Amino acid sequence: MIRDNQRSYGWATIGIHWLTALVVVALFALGYWMLTLSYYDPWYRLGPWWHKSVGILLLALTVARVVWRAANKKPELIGSRFEQIGAHLGHLLLYVLLLLTMVSGYLISTADGRGISVFDWFEVPALITSIPAQEDLAGEVHWYSALALVILAGGHSLMALKHHFLDKQNTLKRMLKPQK
Amino acid sequence: MKKLLLASLVSASLFGATAAQAEDYVIDTDGAHAFVQFKISHLGYSWLLGRFNDFEGNFSYDESNPENASVSVTIDTASIDSNHAERDKHLRSDDFLDVEEFPEASFESTSYKPNGDGTGTLMGKFTLHGVTKDISIDVKEIGSGQDPWGGFRRGFEGGVTLTLADYGIDYDLGPASRDVEIFLSIEGIRQ
Repeated sequence: MIRDNQRSYGWATIGIHWLTALVVVALFALGYWMLTLSYYDPWYRLGPWWHKSVGILLLALTVARVVWRAANKKPELIGSRFEQIGAHLGHLLLYVLLLLTMVSGYLISTADGRGISVFDWFEVPALITSIPAQEDLAGEVHWYSALALVILAGGHSLMALKHHFLDKQNTLKRMLKPQK
Repeated sequence: MKKLLLASLVSASLFGATAAQAEDYVIDTDGAHAFVQFKISHLGYSWLLGRFNDFEGNFSYDESNPENASVSVTIDTASIDSNHAERDKHLRSDDFLDVEEFPEASFESTSYKPNGDGTGTLMGKFTLHGVTKDISIDVKEIGSGQDPWGGFRRGFEGGVTLTLADYGIDYDLGPASRDVEIFLSIEGIRQ
C-alpha cells in the first residue's frame, strides 16, 4: 500500500504528489504576492523567508520523489499509444519545470555566496556564484519556469478530470487512494 | 650637437604644447582607479553603501585654465553592486533603476567654477532613469603627476546629493531614504 504497483500508486507517491501540488500553488501565489509588498510591510521579509525555506524543502522532497519513482513499479498507462506518449512527455516536462524553477530560485539567492536559511533551522550553502549576471538571469528563468509550471499543472488537472468524467477511467482515483 | 639641439627643440615644443592646450585624460577604469559610489540611509538608522562597477569616461583639464575643464562619464546601471544579490536584483528592477529600459546613466559637464584653492564646482547634465537634470558636483583636486610606469595621472574627488524622486524613482524606502549621496573618485591617465 506504501509502494506503487502495476495497477495503482501507493500512499507514498500519492502523498508526495498532493503535497507537491499544494506547495507549488502556495509558493506561486506567495511569490507573486510578496513582490507587491511595500518596504515597510511585515511580510516584506517574512514572505521571502517562507518562500525560500519551503522551496528548499520541496526541492529535497522532489529529489527523493525521483529516486522513489525509479525504485518502484509504474502503474500501467491507460489510453491509446498517442495518449500514453503525450502523458509521458507532459509528466517529464512537469518534473523538468519543477526542478528548473527550484534550482533557478536557489541560484538567485545564492548568487553572492550567501547560503539559504531553511526556517533558521539549517543553511544550504551557495555552490555556484560565477554565472555572469547570475541573480538576474536566474530570476528570469525562475519566473518563466514557474509560470509555465502552474499553467502545465492546470492542464494536467484538466486532463485528469477529462479521464475521470468523460472517459470514466480510474486515472484520478488511483492518485487519490491505492486501488485494489 | 645637432642631435642635442633637435632634442631640445622637440622637447620644448612638446612642453609648450602641453602648457598651452587642455590635457585630455581617460578615466582609469581598466585599472579600477576610479569609483562611483553611493550612500543612502537605511531606515534612518545606518548607511547602505554601494557602487557602480562599470562606467567609462574622460575629462580634460588645463592647470593654467581650470575653468575650461570638462568631464563626460557614462555608467552601466546594471553594474550596481550593494554586496547583496537579491537587493541588487531589486535595484535593477523597475521599482528602481529599471536597467532594461534605462541601461545607461550619464554625466556631461557644462561648466566648471574653480574656487582657486584646489576645489571647485562642476556643473552639468546628469541623466538617470531617463530623466536629465542640471546638477552641480563639489570637486576637490587630489593630485597629479608622473606615475611610476611612464604615464601622467590626475585625480579628483566629487560629491553630490541626488533626490531619487527627481529622477522618477519613487519606491518608498521611508522618509530618511529619499536622497542618495554620490561619492566620485576619479583618476585619469593623460593621453
